[in-house]
Amino acid sequence: MLNSIKKEHEWQIREFLFTLRLLSKNPSAVAGFVIIATMVFIAVTAPYIAPYDPIKISLRERLSAPSIVHIFGTDEMGRDILSRVMHGARISLRIGVLVIAIAGGLGAVIGAVAGYLGKQADNIIMRVMDVILSFPPLVLAMALAAALGPNLNNAILAVAFVMIPKFARMVRGEALAVKEKQFIAAARASGAGSMWIILHHIIPNCFSSVIILSTLLLGETILIAASLSFIGLGAQPPTPEWGAMISVGRKFLMDQWWYPTFPGLFILVTVIGFNILGDALRDILDPRIRR
Amino acid sequence: MAETLLDIKELSVRFFTYQGVVRALEKVDLTISKGEILGLVGETGCGKSVLARSILRLIADPPGKIWNGEIFFKGEDLLTTSNRRLRHVRGNEISMIFQEPMSSLNPVFRVGNQMQEVVMLHQRVESAEAREICIDMLNQVKMPDPEGVLTKYPHELSGGMRQRVMIAMELSCRPDLLIADEPTTALDVTVQAQVLTILEELTRQRGVSVLFISHDLGVIAQLCDRVAVMYAGRIVEVAPVRNLFSGPRHPYTQGLLKAIPRVDDERDTLSVIAGVVPGLIRPPEGCRFHPRCDAVMNACDRVVPRRVEVGLGHQVACHLYNDSSEKCDADTRH
Repeated sequence: MLNSIKKEHEWQIREFLFTLRLLSKNPSAVAGFVIIATMVFIAVTAPYIAPYDPIKISLRERLSAPSIVHIFGTDEMGRDILSRVMHGARISLRIGVLVIAIAGGLGAVIGAVAGYLGKQADNIIMRVMDVILSFPPLVLAMALAAALGPNLNNAILAVAFVMIPKFARMVRGEALAVKEKQFIAAARASGAGSMWIILHHIIPNCFSSVIILSTLLLGETILIAASLSFIGLGAQPPTPEWGAMISVGRKFLMDQWWYPTFPGLFILVTVIGFNILGDALRDILDPRIRR
Repeated sequence: MAETLLDIKELSVRFFTYQGVVRALEKVDLTISKGEILGLVGETGCGKSVLARSILRLIADPPGKIWNGEIFFKGEDLLTTSNRRLRHVRGNEISMIFQEPMSSLNPVFRVGNQMQEVVMLHQRVESAEAREICIDMLNQVKMPDPEGVLTKYPHELSGGMRQRVMIAMELSCRPDLLIADEPTTALDVTVQAQVLTILEELTRQRGVSVLFISHDLGVIAQLCDRVAVMYAGRIVEVAPVRNLFSGPRHPYTQGLLKAIPRVDDERDTLSVIAGVVPGLIRPPEGCRFHPRCDAVMNACDRVVPRRVEVGLGHQVACHLYNDSSEKCDADTRH
């Protein structure tokens, strides 16, 4: 049984190992990958490896400096900052992945439809996207999050909405190039309809770009989501969200530097990690240039 | 004579560009019978591919437009039928193979996925059965190691292999008509011969009609039953393949055949047809070939010659063979 599965998926396994080998030969990819893998590991295992309960208040230890007991120190309620930052990784990564999944999925479909259908459909769709793009992303996300009501899910929707045009624009451009290819004509000649061609030929051909853009935008997404929490429109206390922690902690920056610094560092490192990884993936995931 | 499968009547196609209206096809008439292989020859840019694409309404609009005419396929006009019905015809009843096998397959999917997808959609079978059908089809096009090919990406295959995959894919849907638009132009000569043999064998076996487009007269001579010669958007001569090669009637066809080198040739230089192919924005009046024609006469630059029968199934559109009453017929003027 196991053997037959192994045989049937032999090329998939080979392919995966090959990707890993290419990845390991690229130093910046390794750096980005290690950072992101660490963050994911922290996020997944936070409940087990965090030394303390992230929302347990212990007023006797409030605002204590980093020490052996509390490596990153504690906040104004005596909560362990290390534990809070670790749990924060869960929230930030989840926001990032959800936003990108929503925005990437919708954006890719919208862009592919616009690019493939062309003419008026393209005009109308892309003008709407231009309107969204003409706002500074953070301002628009703020306005939306405020209008929807301040909580984490609404913040996710708001950020996703802002990200859609970025995907739509890129995918449209790719779709314009792909639709002139002969296999599209061949597909039409064998009876494929527009929707089928968009879903089965256009979007898969844009996939590597979508993945690269996703990784690059994940950093920005996490940053915008943290910013929303910072101004109180995202995660609500006592949720240990990084942006929200910095928001409260900024009052203490002068005397208790560790409070806003560590969440800030985590945002910095995560965003850099995603950016490096995104760049490296561009070189690796494209089937046409990988060999 | 066998039953008519495809009947193209007075088909005109125009492209509206910034430079002007390109009259790519003017009143083209053509029929294809069941099981027949019809060759379509002509120079680059004479409208062969436009004709092929018009049959399936694959002309990009804009800038192209099927200006008028009718295309009857099994008695049904493809130009006025619904999009839905047309989608059914495409692939199921009429398939098409394109010029460049390099770009006819989607580069991001494995060959197997693409073939199976087509088979599953058109024949409504499960994926395991579709796989069997694919392997069977690949065997029929003499593909070495069909199972291995299924797991490969298109860029891992050679041009000849890709074209064979395309033939397998298109024939797997059991069409009645296969349109082959210069399927071997991008291949080298030995591979070309293989692909042609396979194509001929399979279509003859299954009784599939073929519209075979090429500018290679050698290939046409070998493969086809009948030949249509196109010049600047019009069909100038249609004949059974033997008649065309032994007794070409239209001056253009004669020129074409003279321009082919032969092994037993004693000439030092090949003859050429003087002049260049006319632009189709403002094509020559009357017979479009007249500025380059050796046998040009009075009526040629004014009246469009009608197609007349000069032998069994041999038609030619040239004033040399029109009788005098028709030359002055004002109705045929353009």
